[in-house]
Amino acid sequence: MKYIDEFRDGELARGLANAIAEVADPARDYRLMEFCGGHTHAISRYGLLDLLPANVRMIHGPGCPVCVLPIGRIDSAIALATEHDVILCTYADTMRVPASEGLSLLKAKAQGADIRMVYSADDALRIAQDNPQREVVFFAIGFETTTPPTAAIVLQAARLELAKFSVFCNHVLTPAAMVHIMESERDPAAVKIDGFVGPAHVSTVIGSAPYEAFVARYGRPVVIAGFEPLDVIQSILMLVQQINAGRAEVENEFTRAVTREGNRKAQAICAQVFEMRDSFDWRGLGEVPHSALKIRAEYARFDAELRYGIAYRQVPDHKACECAAILRGHKRPADCKVFGTVCTPDHPIGACMVSSEGACAAHYTYGRFRETR
Amino acid sequence: MTTYTRPIDFKRGRVDMSHGSGGRAMAQLIDELFVRHFANDLLAEQGDGACFALPTGAGRMVMATDSHVVSPLFFPGGDIGALAVHGTVNDVAMMGARPLYLSASFILEEGYPLADLLRIVKSMAQAAREVGVAIVTGDTKVVEAGKGDGVFITTTGIGLVPQGVALNAGRIAVGDRILVSGMLGDHGVAIMSHRENLTFETTIQSDTAALHGLVATMLDAVPDLHVLRDPTRGGLATVLNEFAKASGHGMLIHEKAIPVRSEVAAACELLGLDPLYVANEGKLVAFCAGQDAETLLDVMRAHPLGRDAAIIGEVIADEHAFVQMRTAFGGRRMVDWLNGEQLPRIC
Ligand code: SF4
Repeated sequence: MKYIDEFRDGELARGLANAIAEVADPARDYRLMEFCGGHTHAISRYGLLDLLPANVRMIHGPGCPVCVLPIGRIDSAIALATEHDVILCTYADTMRVPASEGLSLLKAKAQGADIRMVYSADDALRIAQDNPQREVVFFAIGFETTTPPTAAIVLQAARLELAKFSVFCNHVLTPAAMVHIMESERDPAAVKIDGFVGPAHVSTVIGSAPYEAFVARYGRPVVIAGFEPLDVIQSILMLVQQINAGRAEVENEFTRAVTREGNRKAQAICAQVFEMRDSFDWRGLGEVPHSALKIRAEYARFDAELRYGIAYRQVPDHKACECAAILRGHKRPADCKVFGTVCTPDHPIGACMVSSEGACAAHYTYGRFRETR
Repeated sequence: MTTYTRPIDFKRGRVDMSHGSGGRAMAQLIDELFVRHFANDLLAEQGDGACFALPTGAGRMVMATDSHVVSPLFFPGGDIGALAVHGTVNDVAMMGARPLYLSASFILEEGYPLADLLRIVKSMAQAAREVGVAIVTGDTKVVEAGKGDGVFITTTGIGLVPQGVALNAGRIAVGDRILVSGMLGDHGVAIMSHRENLTFETTIQSDTAALHGLVATMLDAVPDLHVLRDPTRGGLATVLNEFAKASGHGMLIHEKAIPVRSEVAAACELLGLDPLYVANEGKLVAFCAGQDAETLLDVMRAHPLGRDAAIIGEVIADEHAFVQMRTAFGGRRMVDWLNGEQLPRIC
């Protein structure tokens, strides 16, 4: 593409790839997990796997906000729109996630439910202001990146004394999921992971400090990386070097955006509005202790779970779907029997096939030609 | 004695239901707007259709149709009128044909300003003159306010295929080269940045243009051209996947060779789009035998509408008929059919 920077990047990338090939010890394997769906997407889209030596393997992690949302939570969101007659505001990504009884938010919308796609939390607040006579609920999902905007609209709603606006909070926490992955290494199906490519946008909010305890406890290196393809290759080189030297440290490749402390202001408003849940059910990971947020009692009037008495009901995934094992890095998309046949981005069976950051969708869209060699 | 009829007020007037009723108001609109500006003898006859003779020795004909529903109706670099002419002329030209005549069907929304309609019709007339085709028949309907989007235009075109020209996807063979005629993504990005009210350092203009002239010079130089298509909705990626499916072969393209303006690349980045899937209205994709590729490239580059032409890839043997791309980073990935809408990412 005639995009000068990318030409230059291409050469830099090959330079870094050569450096990885030089330092990687042919006598061993390097199994690296990119935690974030954003990294999964970049790796697939730029064909980075072709630049790595065969013994440096990338394993997709659970950091795709849409993929880890369990069916029960989507069911509750659909019920809000169909049974409580609210305007449900949701990010576009969640619209096509399959829910119970063949439904999805998109299908519920087609059947007449008032579901509106929004691009930001602010849009949801605006819809509430424009429709003062209607009950409006924001279906809040995502990791630490999307949490501060949700906190900000709760505070704003309190200031504006919006009586009919509330938030269905499903925000989850990255470090807790990383801990869970290490704890599940005892599972005989588990792949031992030698190091982590750490989140980009999440880390701009939480900083690099929260990974320090993780590294100390599990002895695996974490390198925080930006979402550009060059960032990813650079971080892989840094991980290989740490592993070779027997080091396990938190390193920051993404210094142009991530500090040790993170974004203090964003953290402060999150702390003001949210508190830790004892436990949260993740798709793929199951119940993970201290891994998600709920709205504090002080703002309970904006908590849709309380307002509409939402009771969480666990719903098993589709029988054939291997999302659970894929999200933990135990299996690859092509290991799923229905990958690319029954399950495609046009007709997703599992959540990993919905979002462009999902491991199955990224592999289907960009990488499936590799399976046929 | 003829009675005086007050001319239509094209400054302040608006479309009303009577303009589609078949009565006097409609006849007046046809006379004062369409017949006057599209000015040609066949249309002036105002029959139910146009009746014309074919040039002697004419071989095969091509017929193509296209409906235009663009929003906004006026955009940087063009408007729905020019687009309605270029779109159908290009469909005819992609079959290797020389375009002869067009028809134009208008669906107008009640209340639409006649001044804007006049602008659209003049632009259409000018585009048709430049192309050298006559708009010889048409139709006008009016829908109630709220049931249309201002103006919808459907055009149908017919053209003649010169002897010896046979363009079709079945002729694509392993080893064929793939060429594009210029910078990709201009039209789609011009429309979207206008819609989203985005401004970049320079305004990106739609590339809307009629390609029959370029096609004629290409066929002169390389009569054995295998197939052509204009990458409109769905962009280059969609055309390549259609051809891969139709021919049963794979394709390998090279990201570095694909011409995209840096402003368009930057805008796509911002809008979360991939330029390979963005619409063009004045570009074509060509397949020819390997040994003809350089000749074809030279004549394309010598034509004003092909200045930035490039060879972007080749046809490869692949039983799965996948389209692959070597990325600027040196890796490979698939360039798949677009699935659903391109959804913005939230992380
Ligand atoms: S291919 Fe579909 S069904 Fe299989 S694991 Fe992926 S998302 Fe689940």
